[in-house]
Amino acid sequence: MSLDLGATRRDMLIVEDLKKYFPVRSGLLQRVTAWVKAVDGVSFTIREGETFGLVGESGCGKTTVGRTILRLLPANGGRVFFDGEDLFALGRGEMKSMRRNMQIVFQDPYSSLDPRMPVGETISEGMMIHGIGTAQERTETVADLLKTVGMNPYHARRYPHEFSGGQRQRIGIARALALRPRFIVCDEPVSALDVSVQSAVLNLLRGLQSQFGLTYLFIAHNLSVVEHISDRVGVMYLGKMVEVTTREAIFRNPLHPYTQALLSAIPMPDPKFKRQRIVLTGDVPSPLNPPSGCRFHPRCPRVMDICKTVDPAFEQKQSDHWVACHLYSASAAEQTAPSAP
Amino acid sequence: MTTAAQSVTLKGLAQEEKTESQARIIFRRFRRHRLAVISLILVSLIFLVSLLAPVLTPFERDAIDLSSKSRPGPPGTIDMEGRTHYLGVDHLGRDLFTRVLYAARVSMSIAVLVVLISETFGALVGAIAGYYGGLVDLAISRVIEFMLTIPSLPLLLILSAIFLRSDTVLPLPGFLSRFLSALLLAPEREVQKVVMLVLVLVFFGWLSAARLMRGMALSLSKQDFVEALRAAGASDARIIFRHIIPNGIAPILVSASLALGGVIVTESALSFLGLGVQDPTPTWGNMLATSQSYMFQHPWLPLVPGVFLVIVSIGFNFIGDGLRDALDPRLKR
Repeated sequence: MSLDLGATRRDMLIVEDLKKYFPVRSGLLQRVTAWVKAVDGVSFTIREGETFGLVGESGCGKTTVGRTILRLLPANGGRVFFDGEDLFALGRGEMKSMRRNMQIVFQDPYSSLDPRMPVGETISEGMMIHGIGTAQERTETVADLLKTVGMNPYHARRYPHEFSGGQRQRIGIARALALRPRFIVCDEPVSALDVSVQSAVLNLLRGLQSQFGLTYLFIAHNLSVVEHISDRVGVMYLGKMVEVTTREAIFRNPLHPYTQALLSAIPMPDPKFKRQRIVLTGDVPSPLNPPSGCRFHPRCPRVMDICKTVDPAFEQKQSDHWVACHLYSASAAEQTAPSAP
Repeated sequence: MTTAAQSVTLKGLAQEEKTESQARIIFRRFRRHRLAVISLILVSLIFLVSLLAPVLTPFERDAIDLSSKSRPGPPGTIDMEGRTHYLGVDHLGRDLFTRVLYAARVSMSIAVLVVLISETFGALVGAIAGYYGGLVDLAISRVIEFMLTIPSLPLLLILSAIFLRSDTVLPLPGFLSRFLSALLLAPEREVQKVVMLVLVLVFFGWLSAARLMRGMALSLSKQDFVEALRAAGASDARIIFRHIIPNGIAPILVSASLALGGVIVTESALSFLGLGVQDPTPTWGNMLATSQSYMFQHPWLPLVPGVFLVIVSIGFNFIGDGLRDALDPRLKR
């Protein structure tokens, strides 16, 4: 998983200006009175074979991004290209066959499996839907998949309640693999697990990636997990992408003040290690009524006047390093000289 | 090919073993509810007896014993051929024991048909409302709520007055008519009225099942496994029939067993008021109705169908209670 490879890799998934608004209804007639802008113009690219880590606080819209890309939620704007095909323009039948290419692994291992169905059937159901193989072939595939994720073929007959959280998560991964996808959205796949189990599942995901040549969109809120698994990282804040770059650059040279604050909050196992913590004041504003200009400006330690009125563009500032911040734009630099990052 | 067949049967067997063991857990929990077990035995007994009605009694359902000295006649009267009327004869001289058995057949069949149809329909409608949500849910929920606000008995009276008293003939296919005739042990011409009564009772019967299933479907459809199915390209029909309904069926089963008792009572009430199934088709309700004029001189006339009615309706209620405890997923073991 060398990073230099990344530059030569082909773009697999291109997300352009993705928007997802949820209506807020109130009153007797349930009229739409407001919109929660959960995802408000997010753009990024995922290259073939890489792991793109998506981080951000709770409620910043990262899960919504994952589900909107897979068309599990209808988007309100923007486009998503998978291998050059516009997903949002596909018809029902085309989308159904496209689904074989892209799967999802969920956060909650307890609600992600049908409690009344033996796990073998849960895993093989996707193949059944797409008419892949005979009943016997599917049974064999299920046995293979269970072995692949580190479980036993005879587990296929058991029900979800007979398994632990980690095992269920493995079953969820087996289900996602059943359709031989090339792209998997991992929606916080380890955050509901014990730390010891977390690393096992993460290593499983990495192993599967090299075995099957998978591409991941890895959604997480734990930066050390992201550091462990990602090739490139995107940071979201309140429905906006604020920074996208390689794993190295994000941890060594974060440009956006929000990313800097996030990184300074990673706990270090060395008690003598002293570093400057950037403590943000206030809470994340409501996405119902986001701040004007840059959404981060009320909490930003390096806020300037322009930040309060103008929404910074999401631009490439260094090689393979995009950021949305006025600190790095030429016009703003004239107003306030930014200190070197 | 043999291996394919083998592995399929092997898989089938394994599943059977699994579901059987789950069923066994439920049965074990059910057994702890003593009243429910007693009720189950009694109700099954009545069920069995009604199934064997033609074997258990030498009399025809509508045969009039012309020799009986008094009509109604007391238990133990013996007819010309030396056969005993165990429970006497009714006001027309028909054997009461025979009629109460045939009535069990009719009353229980009506209850089972009504509950089967209304719970199935209700579960389906509720699952659709809960799964799709939005406007579909809004429309279905409002219809259900509206129908629940109507006091059902007066409307049932009106409906049965319209349908059961008129000579409307339902276009029943021949096989259905023959099947029902065999089920009710009644001639085909009497089947018509029973079917109408069933439809009238279904009209109100599906509401509670629909509400229950709607609630279940609403919470189930938000679960990740449904999202996973969508991500795999599953159709709505597949999700509803293979996942939502099987997961939400437990409360429906409980409500169905409670409803069985309720339907028997409602049917009797309608028959008692002269708007249910009409004589000569016997039901416990219309037997009660015809016997009310003789109840002070011949108290066993209302007593016999009354006792059956009470046992069965209370029995189904206890069975429902037992089932609810047995199916409660929060109680482990």
